[in-house]
Amino acid sequence: MDKKAYIIKIEQLNKWFDDFHVLIDINLNVSSGEILVICGPSGSGKSTLIRCMNNLEVYQKGSLIVDGIYVGDNLKDIQKIRTEVGMVFQHFNLFPHLTVLDNLTLGPRWTKNIPLKEAKDMAMHYLEKVKIPEKFNSYPGQLSGGQQQRVAIARSLCMRPKIILFDEPTSALDPEMVKEVLDVMIDLAKEGMTMLVVSHEMGFAKQVAHRVMFMDQGQIIEQNRPEEFFNNPKEERTKLFLSQII
Amino acid sequence: MSNIFIWGRKNLYPTTGQGIISIAIVSLVGLVLWNFLPWSIFNAVWVADNSDVCRQAGGACWAFIWEKLYFILFGFYPAEERWRAWLVLALFLGGILYSGRSKSWTLSLIVVWLGLVVSMMLLLNGTLLGLPTVETSYWGGLVLTIILAMTGIIFSYPFGVLLALGRANQRLPVIRGICVSIIEIIRGVPFISLLFMASLMLPLFLPSGFVIPKLVRAIVAVIIFSGCYLAETVRGGLAAVSRGQYEAAQSLGLSYWKTMGLVILPQALSKVIQPTVGSFISLFIDTTLVVIISMYDLLGAARAAASDSAWLGFAREAYVFLALIYFAFCYTLSKYSRRLEKDILTKKVH
Repeated sequence: MDKKAYIIKIEQLNKWFDDFHVLIDINLNVSSGEILVICGPSGSGKSTLIRCMNNLEVYQKGSLIVDGIYVGDNLKDIQKIRTEVGMVFQHFNLFPHLTVLDNLTLGPRWTKNIPLKEAKDMAMHYLEKVKIPEKFNSYPGQLSGGQQQRVAIARSLCMRPKIILFDEPTSALDPEMVKEVLDVMIDLAKEGMTMLVVSHEMGFAKQVAHRVMFMDQGQIIEQNRPEEFFNNPKEERTKLFLSQII
Repeated sequence: MSNIFIWGRKNLYPTTGQGIISIAIVSLVGLVLWNFLPWSIFNAVWVADNSDVCRQAGGACWAFIWEKLYFILFGFYPAEERWRAWLVLALFLGGILYSGRSKSWTLSLIVVWLGLVVSMMLLLNGTLLGLPTVETSYWGGLVLTIILAMTGIIFSYPFGVLLALGRANQRLPVIRGICVSIIEIIRGVPFISLLFMASLMLPLFLPSGFVIPKLVRAIVAVIIFSGCYLAETVRGGLAAVSRGQYEAAQSLGLSYWKTMGLVILPQALSKVIQPTVGSFISLFIDTTLVVIISMYDLLGAARAAASDSAWLGFAREAYVFLALIYFAFCYTLSKYSRRLEKDILTKKVH
């Protein structure tokens, strides 16, 4: 693949929490339009890795380039990256004091100066897309977990991001609500969005992922196309992990 | 009759132990009223030309309050300009009525009150409006208390919020250190000493001929003192907002001030409405301490009125009247805060 097409380039990235070495010599390239599912036991550093990509976590060594912008100390650059990289959290993190519509228009209005009318139209468009336009005037506290997560996805879509990071998007949901969120994510995947998904939803990975990556103890252990990854894992730790979650 | 009996049995005498406590409390209240009511109402004198009538009656002398009403409300404010002070009171009541509608509970309310207090001060001073100038040293009574409390509340709140934000900021250790020092030093000092500093020591440090009116110095002392207490209240609210909210706002690309202003503060401040209003109430009550730097606020004016030689010996009446006024204000504030909180909570309950 042509190197220019990489939208995320990570070289020799290292991160410590005090003495704890969470990420060790990470090298990773992600192409534009790629869907990468990252799995691994808890504490393996997978969430920390994607949180480095929009600077919610700071790394200490190596280099990380997102869409041609170096992720470092420059505040302007970081704000630019954040407007281009959406993030969906495990606990949704919708703003509870704002209505669904205001949650969606907040980013576009205050970071991109998009006029209110236009921001609202866009918000309604994406609410249709995640299939809850009728809830535009509700507060997050009045929605179910699955609905909240779909609103959260719509909120990041309203920023027209080039990449969306999903940090365990379904693990805080009741089982019956997982599907409605995954369906929205599958739709997005089919439209060619670049997605980095930290998740243990192996069904999702098999269905839409281009690549599945397994991490353990701060290192990338193995990565491959989904069919190869699931049917023919090479590393012992991967086999052990897969036997535990499937 | 039997209904009352059943109610009393159920609520006052459910068990012997609680019954004894009820009886003790009821008889204590009864005893107080037994002595208070004849004094305050049955034997009270409501209208009198001089104090002799009151002295003979033996009850409360409300005629004294009536006689001194203007002084208690307006202090030494010149009699011929009193209409301006009345207008200030009217503006204040108007402001309260306006704030009472739940429709008015927006950020613009702060602007409304700021406008009100500025126009009140312009009106009382008069110079800029082409009216005869009345120096701040002539302002007094209830009007002075209102001015002190309003400016105190309006300015100490944003000041407290800024201090709290500075203290919570992990990335700027210098600013954090400054804010922590201000908060801890001021909170470690009684309000009276701060007032003395503002009224006696500050002029020593200023170049001669450069005079800041005593009122302004007192207001600044109130703002700084109250702001530091509010800062701690607001800090509690900030700590109650989850980390995920900061991260969600940041991941949208919002700057620090936008994150705070649009996402964090609206949540943090509404979590601490009750303690915030509690601070406002103590600020309102603390303004009485300006008496010690010889300003005649509501308390000061009432005390001065009670020491008039023609009406000596009626301090009790003055204090009861004052207590009623203070209670009315504080109770209104506290009721208001409860409504505000209920309104915010019902909007987004789960």
